[in-house]
Amino acid sequence: MAKYPTEPLKCWPKAKELRQQFYRNFSEAKEKGGIRWMGSAWAPDAVVRGLGKDVYSVTGEPYGASCAFDKPLSAKFLSAAENFGFARDLCAYMRNYWGSILCNEYALDKGKFPKADFAWSQHICCSHAKWYQNACELEGGNVPLFCVDVGAGAYPPFEPEMYPHRIRYVADQMMDGIEWMQKVTGREYNDELFLEAVWNDMRLTSKWAEICMLNRATPAPLDEKTIYSLYVFGVLEQSNAEFADFYDELYDEVKDRAARGIAAVANEKARLMTDTQPPWGFLNIYRYMEKWGAVSVGSLYTFGLAGTWLYDEEKHDLIPRAMPDKKPATREEGCMMLADWHLSKPEYQHFYHPEYKTKMMDAIAKNWKCDGVILHYNRGCEGLTVGIAENRLGLLERGNKVMAYEGNMGDEREFDETATINRLSIFLESLGLKIED
Amino acid sequence: MAVEKFQEWYENRHAYQTDWKKRTGSKIVGFFCTYTPEEIYYAFDILPVRILGSHEIQDVTEPHLFAMFCPFCRDVLAQGLKGRYDYLDGITIAQSCIHLRQAYTSWEIHKNPGWSHYLPMPNHVQSPRAVPFLVGEYEILIKRLEDLTGRKITDSDLNKGIEIMNKVRRVMKDIYEFRKQDNPPITGLESMYMTCSQFFTDAREWLPVAEEVKKELETRKLERDPGKRLLIVGSENDDIEFIRMVETLGERESVGATIVVEEHCTTTRYFWDEVEEGLDDPLTAIADRYVSRTPCPSKDWPQRTRLQRILKFAKDFNADGAIVIQQKFCDPHETDIPFIRKFLEENDVPTYFLEFDVTTAVGPFAIRVEAFLETLDQEDDLF
Repeated sequence: MAKYPTEPLKCWPKAKELRQQFYRNFSEAKEKGGIRWMGSAWAPDAVVRGLGKDVYSVTGEPYGASCAFDKPLSAKFLSAAENFGFARDLCAYMRNYWGSILCNEYALDKGKFPKADFAWSQHICCSHAKWYQNACELEGGNVPLFCVDVGAGAYPPFEPEMYPHRIRYVADQMMDGIEWMQKVTGREYNDELFLEAVWNDMRLTSKWAEICMLNRATPAPLDEKTIYSLYVFGVLEQSNAEFADFYDELYDEVKDRAARGIAAVANEKARLMTDTQPPWGFLNIYRYMEKWGAVSVGSLYTFGLAGTWLYDEEKHDLIPRAMPDKKPATREEGCMMLADWHLSKPEYQHFYHPEYKTKMMDAIAKNWKCDGVILHYNRGCEGLTVGIAENRLGLLERGNKVMAYEGNMGDEREFDETATINRLSIFLESLGLKIED
Repeated sequence: MAVEKFQEWYENRHAYQTDWKKRTGSKIVGFFCTYTPEEIYYAFDILPVRILGSHEIQDVTEPHLFAMFCPFCRDVLAQGLKGRYDYLDGITIAQSCIHLRQAYTSWEIHKNPGWSHYLPMPNHVQSPRAVPFLVGEYEILIKRLEDLTGRKITDSDLNKGIEIMNKVRRVMKDIYEFRKQDNPPITGLESMYMTCSQFFTDAREWLPVAEEVKKELETRKLERDPGKRLLIVGSENDDIEFIRMVETLGERESVGATIVVEEHCTTTRYFWDEVEEGLDDPLTAIADRYVSRTPCPSKDWPQRTRLQRILKFAKDFNADGAIVIQQKFCDPHETDIPFIRKFLEENDVPTYFLEFDVTTAVGPFAIRVEAFLETLDQEDDLF
């Protein structure tokens, strides 16, 4: 018998339509006389928005994840990348992406892979800029590339202060990027559009953090498998006004669910959190956990990839970063605000030290009332697994129950579904749960 | 022969460093990557020593590093966990790859010597914004080193550091000139001992030996057939056993080889470029050098500038072929390798690719290298 009432998300169809439209826009950009660009999920896309309203991107990571859903197609793309000479231990998203170019096939409509007019990205893990450097070369060598280095050090409280030269370094690269964009596209830059986009970036990422806060409720109004379909807007394009508006709607709905005790999982008995990207082709493992009454309420990955938070050392808590008091008024101010905002991303901090991530994860475990932590030792992403073994040790030391499994977010050859299910069963049993028929 | 001193230092690094500390009463800081500005450490009279692995199979890093990270970073961390560097006063890393960064952070968590510093070396080294940013980071580093040593430095101290490191770089380049000869008077193995021993010793004590070696090489003749001349391209490759194997193949097989030059971060990427001396602002001069040196591939974008440097080495040192070594799981190099191989082949430099693990036996690679050397002798197709 169900412990809690459930109901479908009302905004689910809208989420689906927005997502499909995003990918269609990239594919059909040329028919509308628009511009296409490619880049990473963390690229400061607000900067590109100043080029006009008809500028569309394909975002590398979610695109790579979409490829992984279609296992035969992904196998074809991965083989193409390996046949070209790329090592198979490289980022699985990246190999799916390069494979798409090499096969000239767009995973989302099976048409030809739409060639981007330029590449705009950021760089913090070893592969970000190299991804697009190689993509540009595979496209024939005539796609210009600009990357913003955001490896400028950790954000307070993990560093004593946010040194001005660090923000300036990132902001100045954005300023240079604007000049470069005008040159490679021949378009005049619109500062008004840019400043609005900066505000939308902050609005969207702050709101996503607020939505995640609602999942502290018992029962959790959202489960992580659903969260994967919702956080993606903050990953596809943070400065997209439609996406930011959608998060406002979503917030209201999730708030209402939490107030009325509407559960994501009707038999919620235990709450879990995870880490890093899941093996995208095998999200059924989340449904399997639900049979035990276990709901995964989120992760630093889903909370922090699309949301902007600050870690409060004193309260040992993650707090959604508050919006600035006023909108930026000039291009320079916009770049400075955007740089500062992006440098505080929780998912940037662990690149400097695993202890920073352990603190934030432990704060989630405690404040979202998690009974256990599941770590995905993800062979497909060096960036988000960096330090993961130390995270495991640190979380155990802090009294958490931790399980780890090995897999790959985008290369099914490196995920053992049966072994993972067995491991999950043992872990869930150790939490005192029993599988329900 | 003075050249043998390099090997002695390489093999007895810990004995040297503990003795140095006892003799001088000064501090030693271990560094993990060649982007560390040693000039600044010398300005403080601190001995910067690079931490390299021991090429042994080890079993201590498994709980700390996920297995998909490179064997080199695991080997390096093992040195700390096994207590081989317990005499260090501090550790530091300049931002390069995230693999090695984990060795540093795990070391800091479990074997913290009391002082540690993470230097966010810029990745966008082709940007004009990189130098001012790095100067800002050097200013933070200097404050941290003031905490460690209890002293302040002046521009004159920095100029002293620059002079020391530039002398090292010059003498290494001079010695590399000898490797251009038809029958080089110094082998690849000896050259590797030379560069690595400099990581482990006080440059002021290493320099007179290097100068003596330079003199000796003017008249030295090696009683060996140099065989094929090879260029090695790779990441962190101080694998002495591999080089020894390649250079002694000729003693056992019909083909032999000498490694005449390398493009990797143990040798040329480390020392090839100098700091401009005599400038008013030595800190900016140092920053400029580290930003404009031949980059690690993780920083070599948007242009892939390494290609021209690699080709120039191949030509200047008259290489018959190149072995492209990939440290297993080394993402930055893995993203470059297909393009490097293509570029070298297009420029008539035969290329062979080896995936490598510094902690495994070298034997299985012998037959592969031998096969490559045999292909270099084939002038025409058989059919």
